[in-house]
Amino acid sequence: MSTFVYTESPLASAAAIYRHTIPAGDFWMHEIKRGQILRIVDREGNQAADTLFYNAADFRERYSAQDTIREQGAIYLTTGTKLLSNECNPLAVITADTCGRHDTLGGACACESNAVRYGHGTKHMHSCRQSFLLGLATWPNASFDLNKRDVPANINFFMNVPVTPEGGLKFEDGVSAGGKYVEMRAEMDIVCLISNCPQLNNPCNGYNPTPVEALIWNS
Amino acid sequence: MPLIVPPTPTGTSSDTPRPVGIPPSPPIVIPADRLLHEETLPGGAAWSFTIKRGQTLRLTALAVGANVSLIAFNRHDLVDRYNMADTLKGQHTARLTTGYILVSDMGRAMLSITGDTLGWHDPLGGHDNAEITRRKWGDKNYQTARNEWHRNSHDHFLIELAKHGLNARDLVANVNFFSKVVADADGRLHFQPDHAKSGDFIDLRAEMDLLVILTTCHHPLDTSCAYGPKPVQLQLWRSPPPAADDYCRTYRPENERAFYNSEILYR
Repeated sequence: MSTFVYTESPLASAAAIYRHTIPAGDFWMHEIKRGQILRIVDREGNQAADTLFYNAADFRERYSAQDTIREQGAIYLTTGTKLLSNECNPLAVITADTCGRHDTLGGACACESNAVRYGHGTKHMHSCRQSFLLGLATWPNASFDLNKRDVPANINFFMNVPVTPEGGLKFEDGVSAGGKYVEMRAEMDIVCLISNCPQLNNPCNGYNPTPVEALIWNS
Repeated sequence: MPLIVPPTPTGTSSDTPRPVGIPPSPPIVIPADRLLHEETLPGGAAWSFTIKRGQTLRLTALAVGANVSLIAFNRHDLVDRYNMADTLKGQHTARLTTGYILVSDMGRAMLSITGDTLGWHDPLGGHDNAEITRRKWGDKNYQTARNEWHRNSHDHFLIELAKHGLNARDLVANVNFFSKVVADADGRLHFQPDHAKSGDFIDLRAEMDLLVILTTCHHPLDTSCAYGPKPVQLQLWRSPPPAADDYCRTYRPENERAFYNSEILYR
């Protein structure tokens, strides 16, 4: 039996210092100071939020999926998970989670991987990597030119990608729902890059991408 | 020259019937006239090399509990590199064995697993670093131990990447050949000790010209009570080109499309 742990946050939306709705298929890139709390809300349900984190002072230090899952000894992300960098430093720690499970193995959809997975006819559909690359290419505060080398394996908040003991992996529908959220505290000054996933070829967005919301609180 | 026609799009589901072709039967002993290069890497070593399309890299464990951490790049466009997520989700797998391919982030088949005596290689666990090595096995530095010091994959990867003009931005999620890590129903990871036995091998056929970087340090979840990474034999051999009904190519419809994406580089 797989266990889901749900943790509510004590923070009131009215006290947030920042609120931003990310429309379906758009990206959001924002600096979050150490100690600030970021909440990502799945507004209408079953919406994957593909997310990357960088050390704001040095983008060469960034989120690492393999280090994160290995050091916590488990593949799913939830309350208590330290989101580790490629230098094994905590970028953020998940402090509340009403969804209970998030993926970090499924990666982001891309034109190139869509063509492999769903046929060459899907290559020109909008995809998360396009959003990531545009976000990186237009980020004004980078100390070096950012490109595909700066897109590591990401987090898919609200997405369910179970791995079986036999080594199978699949994309499954539905552990999230409208209003569910995940909250994390920045452990250093970080930049968060979210692609609100536009994928239409699998159930990760319930075949109907919808908005997610980002809220920030001071500590 | 005949045009290469892209494969017909088909659906993808976990239930896609497989396999289509006949499983390959690689030579147990590589014929001398096909062997291009051979060397033994001691445990805790690093290696980087160009492997051309059509060549196969055979890795052979020379002791129980060997591990090879590996990353790969398009030799002619180093920004095109192995992608863990695209490899796993494209083939609905969290383990690697015969039939599976390593896919680049540009949707290209990089390496096909054309032979394997183990049935499970780990694409999830990542690689060890100085802190993990210190935590498990203590400090053993060059000043006290000279070349018997403790080495780790992270530093090795950074060094080998730098030899090719690359850096930490290019240290992508890696594969661990000869190691097995199982996720239970709750997602907890379990390392299986001594998975590889001496003589176990895996054949990796290059479907495009590659820069391959590998290390023979411990798997980061290795539970051995003493530091002691194991030696591995490397053999590079000239392998037959993949036929239309090649096992890896036909293993899944996704693989056929990834093969096409590699082949159009060589028309």
